[in-house]
Amino acid sequence: MIEIRNLTKTFATNDGSVEALKGINLSIPDGVVYGVIGMSGAGKSTLVRCMNLLEVPTEGQVLYQGTDLAQLSAKELREKRREISMIFQGFHLLMQRTVLSNVCFPLELIGTKKDEAEKRAMELLKMVGLEDKANVYPAQLSGGQQQRVAIARALATEPKVLLCDEATSALDPATTNSILELIRSLQQQLNLTVVVITHQMSVIEKICQYVVILENGAVAEEGPVEEVFSRPKSRAAKKLVYPDESADGGIIVGPGEHFLRVIYNGSESARKPLIAQLARDTGILANIAYASTKSVNERAFGTMILSIKGSQEDADKAMEWMKTVEGIIVEEVNEDVN
Amino acid sequence: MLINPGFAANIRFEEWSEAMKVFRTEFPTAIGQTIYVTVLATVLAFAIGLPLGILLVIGEEDGIRPLPKWFMHLLNIVINLLRSLPFLILMILVFPITRAIVGTIVGTTASIVPLVIAAFPFVARLAESSLREINPNLIEMAQSMGASPWQIVTKVMIPESIPSLISNATIAITTILGYQAMSGILGGGGLGKIAINYGYYRYRTIVMILAVILLIILVQIFQTIGTKLAVKSDKRLRK
Ligand SMILES: Nc1ncnc2c1ncn2[C@@H]1O[C@H](COP(=O)(O)OP(=O)(O)OP(=O)(O)O)[C@@H](O)[C@H]1O
Ligand SMILES: [Mg+2]
Repeated sequence: MIEIRNLTKTFATNDGSVEALKGINLSIPDGVVYGVIGMSGAGKSTLVRCMNLLEVPTEGQVLYQGTDLAQLSAKELREKRREISMIFQGFHLLMQRTVLSNVCFPLELIGTKKDEAEKRAMELLKMVGLEDKANVYPAQLSGGQQQRVAIARALATEPKVLLCDEATSALDPATTNSILELIRSLQQQLNLTVVVITHQMSVIEKICQYVVILENGAVAEEGPVEEVFSRPKSRAAKKLVYPDESADGGIIVGPGEHFLRVIYNGSESARKPLIAQLARDTGILANIAYASTKSVNERAFGTMILSIKGSQEDADKAMEWMKTVEGIIVEEVNEDVN
Repeated sequence: MLINPGFAANIRFEEWSEAMKVFRTEFPTAIGQTIYVTVLATVLAFAIGLPLGILLVIGEEDGIRPLPKWFMHLLNIVINLLRSLPFLILMILVFPITRAIVGTIVGTTASIVPLVIAAFPFVARLAESSLREINPNLIEMAQSMGASPWQIVTKVMIPESIPSLISNATIAITTILGYQAMSGILGGGGLGKIAINYGYYRYRTIVMILAVILLIILVQIFQTIGTKLAVKSDKRLRK
């Protein structure tokens, strides 16, 4: 369990101080994949860098299994850091060492014997599918392969926590998927706690169970992914979940027109012909003004905006009908969708 | 003016044959001495300069092992001071040290002392610049894995900057070769001594030119080997 209590981080710069984190409170349970999402500059990197004390909190605490990291001596901190591994956007491989030797690096640091370290490193390279690249140098690998090496290296000392700072941001979509899949399967095999930082919703949707949305150094919203994504409450969350809606300034409601937002929260109903059934049962004709559905943890989520031409009563009637449908949430959209 | 062309040719011929004789008898030892002094002085200059270069980088305020401010100031001042002294003056200034270490101030071996003293501050700066080139993210990566400052120096900073260190060692060795030649004026041995003794004191221009050509060839050889090694050692290049 990683507990973050009232975490504040202020950077002193030449032109004044920057408050990167403003009183963050979070707890990350063991064995989950926890997502941190937010706009650029929101403080995501600073937040995870505080989790292994690469960044020293200005105020507040980071408790790892109940221990305040800032209270540890330099040596104790070094030992704790072996339990909290990190992978980076830029991979950060040692370019003058072979792939095998890179994976051995953290083992060397703790004084593991060379042959033992190499044996373990080979096992890890097998896990990430790169055993045939053991003796080449990182410069000869693609970005995706380099990130696999970095993952193998991060897992060499059998950490309990894996922090991933934009681990897939430098990769193309297909490679991103394969890396995410790898992280998820390793997480399950090794029962890791994984903290994933990203600015891409798709990354959160694919592998996270929990998510925190950061905005300007503060928590905008936090909770299980399904909950946050099906009923975003904060402005920041809505912006992430309905990016297209807000992009063009929202939907303008004309006279005699009503908009209903239908939110699918992950049940089978997404597959039913909702609009056709609405027409059949109530005689109300609805038109799709906007729709975006996605699969989160292999379940359907999404949002759809229906436009209904007619009286307020028609709109209410349609709402009533839809409230009886399982697995969706419906609400009327007034003025601005943000 | 009337010059007897036959007489002039005669002098040329005698000068040439003398030069050839010197070339055969004195040059082999001189080349050996020059290489011996230059290489040994470079090695010793690195033995002192590299650790200092490391301190200059890690000891900074935001380095991986901050050292007391007064110490860093002192280190910088000493290095700058030694670097600002012209080599020949430094050679004279360190005569007492040379005598204390070697027992004499003349000769090939004695010249190693001032060479090392002149070169180690230079090497410290070169090493510093090599070590600064490495990606700070690598150091952070090592820290995130619980590496100690010593481990960061020995397992990340030095190995990752090997190609650059080799390039800079090449610069150092060619510079030291130049100093070595200069040391011939004040009792040092090698090619510099021959160039000065024959060329300057006895107007034997041909001998001097031969010595200079050999110095140029040595610089070329050191540079070529250094560049090759630096490229060969760099695993960042896809080969
Ligand atoms: N070392 C630093 N010195 C000064 N300011 C910093 C430092 N590190 C971060 N900041 C500032 O703190 C804020 C948060 O930065 P952070 O890197 O955590 O953002 P982020 O959410 O990771 O952004 P991105 O998605 O672009 O990586 C930014 O305003 C940034 O300028
Ligand atoms: Mg970041």
